[in-house]
Amino acid sequence: MSAATVAASGPPTTDKAQTAADPKRILVGAVTMIAVGWFIGNGFLALAYYPQWFAVGMPVFDKIIQALLAMVLGIGGAVLFFYCMNVFVEGLPGRLGQFLMPYAWILPGYFTIGLLLLYPAIQTVNYSLANEDSTAYVTPIYKNFQDVFADEGFTRTIGNNLLWLLIVPATTVVIGLLVAVLADRLSPKGESISKAMMFMPMAISFVGASTIWGFIYDYQSGDTQIGLLNAIVTAVGGEAQSWLTIDRFALNSMLLMVIVVWLQVGYAMVLLSTAIKNVPEDTLEAARIDGASELKIFFLVVIPQMKGTIITVFVTVFIMVMKIFDIVYVMTNGNFKTNVIANMFFQELFVQRNAGKASAIVVILLIAVIPVLIYQVRHFKREEAER
Amino acid sequence: MSKVVDTEQKRSWVSIIVMVLLCILWLIPTFGLLVTSFRNIDLINGSGWWTGLLGPFTAENYAGVFTKTDMGTSFINSFAVAVPATIIPITLAAFAAYAFTFLDFKGRDFLFVTIVAVMVVPAQVALQPMLDMLGPRGINISGQYVSVWLLHAGFGMPLAVYTLRNYMTTLPRSIIESAKVDGASHFQTFWKLVFPMSMPAIAGFAILQFLWVWNDLLIAMMFLKPQNATVIVSLAGIMGTQGQGWELLTAGAFISMLVPMAIFFGMQRFFVRGMTSGAVKG
Repeated sequence: MSAATVAASGPPTTDKAQTAADPKRILVGAVTMIAVGWFIGNGFLALAYYPQWFAVGMPVFDKIIQALLAMVLGIGGAVLFFYCMNVFVEGLPGRLGQFLMPYAWILPGYFTIGLLLLYPAIQTVNYSLANEDSTAYVTPIYKNFQDVFADEGFTRTIGNNLLWLLIVPATTVVIGLLVAVLADRLSPKGESISKAMMFMPMAISFVGASTIWGFIYDYQSGDTQIGLLNAIVTAVGGEAQSWLTIDRFALNSMLLMVIVVWLQVGYAMVLLSTAIKNVPEDTLEAARIDGASELKIFFLVVIPQMKGTIITVFVTVFIMVMKIFDIVYVMTNGNFKTNVIANMFFQELFVQRNAGKASAIVVILLIAVIPVLIYQVRHFKREEAER
Repeated sequence: MSKVVDTEQKRSWVSIIVMVLLCILWLIPTFGLLVTSFRNIDLINGSGWWTGLLGPFTAENYAGVFTKTDMGTSFINSFAVAVPATIIPITLAAFAAYAFTFLDFKGRDFLFVTIVAVMVVPAQVALQPMLDMLGPRGINISGQYVSVWLLHAGFGMPLAVYTLRNYMTTLPRSIIESAKVDGASHFQTFWKLVFPMSMPAIAGFAILQFLWVWNDLLIAMMFLKPQNATVIVSLAGIMGTQGQGWELLTAGAFISMLVPMAIFFGMQRFFVRGMTSGAVKG
């Protein structure tokens, strides 16, 4: 594998011979490329502006027609566009064509990233210094940040996010590891069935999971409790509670965290399980011959060898938890002291209608992501070097 | 020593029992919801679902969801949103991944590193600027599917390029070289060789992206008008409405989970591959 990638990253061995320019190809390529691009752009805009053009009067079919047209436009258009671009670039004189071609290939993909991620990141910083409808800068320029930090809810919100970050990734990794170890000791059939059961929640949306767990936490004011948690509590002689309103020791926040752990353990388990199976058997044998206990072997031999995977899982869950929104939004909407940054942003933008302050909150989130981002890039570079 | 003997040795009653308990614990929440969704409204509110395991069951809640809420339309909307939002970014990403893998150009490493970096940037960053650009103050397409296709294409793109490029580097270089010797252009090499050969990675990512779009709440809620709302938005709507009780909510939740579950059970291998390759999505 390494031989293949070394070759892949080496310079192209193709002929750099100077081929002459081919004006006909250049012209045909350029004209068709522009025409196709124009047609795709306007096609999509037409879908948005004039949906009635593509309608047959039955809403169900209209929606399907729209989706189908989008796919034809998107895929067919992209392939045709690249084909025309290929014609154009190949018509250029040898060296210039060779030079331009790669950029042409990454252009549509990279343009989308630029438009949807790079440009907005800069614009958000810009908006965070502007007023509530982003029409003028505020004075002083850092007023929105001042407001955010002066907001007494913000401190608690940050505290909640920290609590989430402290608890959820670690818990997910530990349970995932436990399951991976146990599953490894089952028969192959038992292993695959139990893994599927643990992994299944990964297919469920946050909102769906919130419904599922909302039903478990359900509280009825009468004698009958239909929520599982309250039924268990009353069965052992306790008092039924309205769980999601109890903010003592952040209990309600933790109940929300349970949902995320439930969703993510399967993911952690699958990655960690692969890592466990990749631990060389002879290192375990050697430790056994030395008389180490199984527990010691696990912590001193197995864990260190799967450190990389553990970190990957941890970071992935960590990033997801940083911007956790759906569960808090639908379960408590940030009430009862459960608010988190992403929900605070949403409230600021749509309830308070203050785009400036909302952007300031996102900028704070963005700054918080930077260390993870640096880690991510470093990790990638290390991995590339090892290839 | 063979691997089979190994597993035999390691198997123990403790791990079997603990694992069975964990599996039950993991399944009970979903199972409870499933049972409840098939119970009559009076039964739901009168007793716990665990007392109704043997019935009586009814499908009236599901009928109720389709008549009393707009879940039926939303179901179609979810497809109309998710299918193009999955396929379009993959097409563009495949071309870019080819260039990043097989072509050599100035700034390649830098451009690729920015893609790795933006993978962790939270989508929230883009929302306010995009509301401005796609909304009435910009080109005024928010509310329509197009805006959501565009947003999901953008947010899925870094991971798509990253995953496909990682896969393409493992393809046998010799086949591509020999195509070049035969005089194939890059476009032909890509279209006839690399694209079909990358199908496992494409399928893995497609499933991941499809589920991500299908299950998304935030973008759908912000950028789709009510007639175009997805099942997840509708479900969140039912949750938010105090008057509508568990009978609609449980059935609605299951309708929203139907397609992801079908994908999970039907394509588990690709599903797992997609989930594991998408390790670091932001």
